[in-house]
Amino acid sequence: MSTHVRNAAEGGLGGSQPFIDEGVDTSIGSVDERLEAGSERFYYANPWQLIMWRFRRHRLAMISLVLLVTLYLSAILAPFVSPYLATTRFEGMQMMPPTRIHMIHEDRLMRPFIYSLTKTLDTETFRYTFTEDTSQVYPILFFMQGEEYKVLGLWSINIHLFGTGEGLQPVMLFGSDELGRDIFSRTIYGGRISLSIGLFGVLIAFGLGVLIGGISGYFGGSTDEVIQRLIDVIISIPLIPFWMALSAALPRTWDSTQTFLAITLILAAVTWCGLARVVRGKLLALREEEYALAAQAAGASKARIIFRHLMPGFTSHLIVSITLAIPVAILGETALSFLGLGIQPPAVSWGVLLKDAQDLVAVAQQPWRLIPALFVIGTVLLFNFVGDGLRDAADPYSA
Amino acid sequence: MANSHDVLVDVQDLKVHFYLHEGTVHAVDGVSFQVSQGKTLGVIGESGSGKSVTAQAILGIVPSPPGKQVGGRILLNLPENDASTRVINLSELKPNGSEIRSIRGKEISMIFQEPMTSFSPVHTIGDQIMEAVRIHYPNVSKKEARERAIEMLRRVGIPHSEQRIDSYSFEFSGGMRQRAMIAMSLVCNPRMVIADEPTTALDVTIEAQILELLKDLQKEFGMAMLYISHDLAVVGDVADEVIVMYLGMVMEQAATQELFDNPLHPYTEALWRSIPTIDGPLEKLSPVRGTLPSPFAVHKGCPFFSRCEKRIPGVCDANRPPLVEARPSHMVRCFLYTELPSEKANGAA
Amino acid sequence: MLVYIIRRLLMLIPILLLVSFIAFFIIELPPGDWVTTYVSQLRTSGIQLSDQEAERLTQLYGFDQPTYVRYYKWMQGIVTRGDFGWSFQWGKPVNDILAERLPITLTISLMALVFSWMVAIPIGIYSATHQYSLVDYFATFIGFIGLATPGFLLAMILAWGANQYLGFSALGLYSKDFLDAPWSTAKALDMLKHMILPLIIIGMASAGSTIRVLRGNLLDELKKQYVITARAKGLSEYQLLMKYPVRLALNPVFSTIGWLLPAIFAGEVLISIVLSLPSLGPLLLRATLSQDMYLVGSVVLILSALTIVGSLISDIYLAWADPRIRYGGVSK
Repeated sequence: MSTHVRNAAEGGLGGSQPFIDEGVDTSIGSVDERLEAGSERFYYANPWQLIMWRFRRHRLAMISLVLLVTLYLSAILAPFVSPYLATTRFEGMQMMPPTRIHMIHEDRLMRPFIYSLTKTLDTETFRYTFTEDTSQVYPILFFMQGEEYKVLGLWSINIHLFGTGEGLQPVMLFGSDELGRDIFSRTIYGGRISLSIGLFGVLIAFGLGVLIGGISGYFGGSTDEVIQRLIDVIISIPLIPFWMALSAALPRTWDSTQTFLAITLILAAVTWCGLARVVRGKLLALREEEYALAAQAAGASKARIIFRHLMPGFTSHLIVSITLAIPVAILGETALSFLGLGIQPPAVSWGVLLKDAQDLVAVAQQPWRLIPALFVIGTVLLFNFVGDGLRDAADPYSA
Repeated sequence: MANSHDVLVDVQDLKVHFYLHEGTVHAVDGVSFQVSQGKTLGVIGESGSGKSVTAQAILGIVPSPPGKQVGGRILLNLPENDASTRVINLSELKPNGSEIRSIRGKEISMIFQEPMTSFSPVHTIGDQIMEAVRIHYPNVSKKEARERAIEMLRRVGIPHSEQRIDSYSFEFSGGMRQRAMIAMSLVCNPRMVIADEPTTALDVTIEAQILELLKDLQKEFGMAMLYISHDLAVVGDVADEVIVMYLGMVMEQAATQELFDNPLHPYTEALWRSIPTIDGPLEKLSPVRGTLPSPFAVHKGCPFFSRCEKRIPGVCDANRPPLVEARPSHMVRCFLYTELPSEKANGAA
Repeated sequence: MLVYIIRRLLMLIPILLLVSFIAFFIIELPPGDWVTTYVSQLRTSGIQLSDQEAERLTQLYGFDQPTYVRYYKWMQGIVTRGDFGWSFQWGKPVNDILAERLPITLTISLMALVFSWMVAIPIGIYSATHQYSLVDYFATFIGFIGLATPGFLLAMILAWGANQYLGFSALGLYSKDFLDAPWSTAKALDMLKHMILPLIIIGMASAGSTIRVLRGNLLDELKKQYVITARAKGLSEYQLLMKYPVRLALNPVFSTIGWLLPAIFAGEVLISIVLSLPSLGPLLLRATLSQDMYLVGSVVLILSALTIVGSLISDIYLAWADPRIRYGGVSK
């Protein structure tokens, strides 16, 4: 379905009609038409190129896409990106604020480093403070060796992106929690679960939604009615209570993998409705469009009509819907885990991290515990920017 | 030309440009005409000729980004109570300000092409007609406004108007809706009505009825009319004087009978020839050759050059032809009727 | 119009039925027969429960019979007695518990809905008519924040902020002094003070989406022909804005109650947990953690039913406001 608009600058007369020879100059003179540069390319692109082109113009969406890819990469490469494991505890380093990174030691510029820290109890406020011992310098090394981890369950590697070195003063970019665990590492590992649950949950929902929505939209009639009532019912049920209720049924004895799968399914259980609605709506509308009727009149089979003619009309809308559904799923998992109903310790997700940070008093004293929240907010915003950008790019009628 | 005492609206060298991100469209590029009291001026042109934009410019409703009036004047000669005339330059009035608003609907009103979408779907027809009255005559009571609306509906030929006044637009047929639209435009007794392709969306039989209606109403109310269409036959039926527009410029201007008897401009001739005739021997259809050039194109010479059968390369594409009086009261913009620019300093009009 | 209402009411019945199926499915989800668990729990904690009483419980809730009988008994209880079942965590009938908590949830939710409209509608209208202005960007920004920030997080931060900077404890619905005091204007004012935070947080998320919907619809309507006709008649920009496109653009806003309400209820549940409000939220949480399934299922059923009734009301409003739907004419 490529759009080829005849560029009128190709010649004065449309078609190949010659002039009637009446003693008049019959050469087809070119008209002095100057199109602004760029509009020519505009006329010759096919729809996907147009969408990509317009998406690129949307700076915000492009930057967001890049950042999102970075986030997902760091989730995949979590053990490499984090200096420590999610469970590593550092004695005497509990509830430590983010480690300060210095570059100047004794008036000399050096590579980034940290000082050794000692924990002392302030006898007046009964609060712990961490004082720096400026005698010991621990440079931050890159691609250094640390704790071992397995890649794909097969190879054992121990290279980390950055760190100070085994057994030395740990560098904790986001501080530590009450058990002395590095929050930065936990956040990165947590991203693995939070980001992937959102993604997989929506992908499952997508499969279900396209299938059911497709059937509903294409066949119409009573199948459609029944399915629509069902969807009406499901979306009338408030999400959080519904998800809470479903997760109440999960046995406490399940391990992390099983819980992960269960939560994914729970998230998908409602999300498919939105996608099915989109598919059905578009199918219903496009089914009546004349180009579909034309295809039918030309003898195309139902399947061919659906896949070759109708689907390209709303694939872009589907992609937008998916992009906008993922953050909802991520927020859902975060909320569930925050309430203690989702991912259970020792597994880590952003929701679990926020749960640990829940005590308001603790928040006052250790505000760095809320940093994972920034990741949640950030991810949701990024997905929305990308989704909006895609939607604007795919809409042929917007400016 | 028109007697200067009777001129109601005087458009002088109007220029309206649209600034789009693909380029600038010179929608109206130096158009001048006059509409006299009680008379009808017909405007003929294809889509893209700028005829609708001209009408919009008179009422100040050109969509304002991206459109902008960049040149010319639109003068309205309003007779006052004391028999003097007030001249208002409509293009200088504050956009959407109270002055232009008191003219819209009251002195000059407009009938649009698509009656279905022109009415609000959630308000009754009566409500919308009465609104026109009550805006311009705030002292009129609701009851009186309603009476007037009912009377107007009756006058335009809608039966049972006391009941139909409370109907919604989707309950009317196309022809009835257009009649209601006409009623709405005349309810304040304007001095001029602009009809922007009022019958294009209607069936031919309904079209005939509406035309008859308009002519009757003009006889009865005595308003001036600016009738815009792409349909030559219709314009010929309804107009006293006609201008032919192409790509934002006036190509030819004459009294209706004169234009039909002696079409001078090659475009006009081509238009005439393209009308299929019922009587006479069977012949091949002969459309106007070629297609409209891109709206972003800038023409150094005559804009019709690319499709003109009588063009003179080197002359017609080099300079813009001026508007000249080729026959008495018959203006044409074509080098065929002008001295060639080599005999003048610069042929640009 | 009446016919329309009756038709919609009739359609309500199968929908409510389906919801009750789902709610019951939830109740039956956890493995095991809760009566036996309950009984053994009671017995381990030292309460003497004779076999006869255990038998009676089993019969009352139909555990000696197949699932559909249990469902029937439950529904029968609801419809005839208003009895939603037994909460074995609290040892009380579910409806006693609900009666305490439901009104608060309803009040907060409805007020949050109204609040979000009061904020969103003016901003949405301004945004659409002054595209790309500062207010427009600001509104878009607020909309994004509202939708991206998990409500509970916002609640936590704002509550802490209120505590820190205003010395105001935002937790709970009443300050300690008023907790057991009889009703008075002072108590009411105190309650309102405590409601501000939840209202804002719950309302913001809905406000964000309402602004976007309204802005989008209004932008569409403003391009339509009838707006031009109205302008050509001489209406001022303000008049024609309010009378025509706004009226039409608002309709979808009011009709989106169908999916706003569930979101608001969900938000209310979550926020009330964080802020320890005496509404359904904390109740539901404890119930899910202790698998007190009749309570859980009933809460889900009631909230869903409320949502459905809410969307019925909004559909009826829409039919009244938009004559095209009433007459079965061209619908949007």
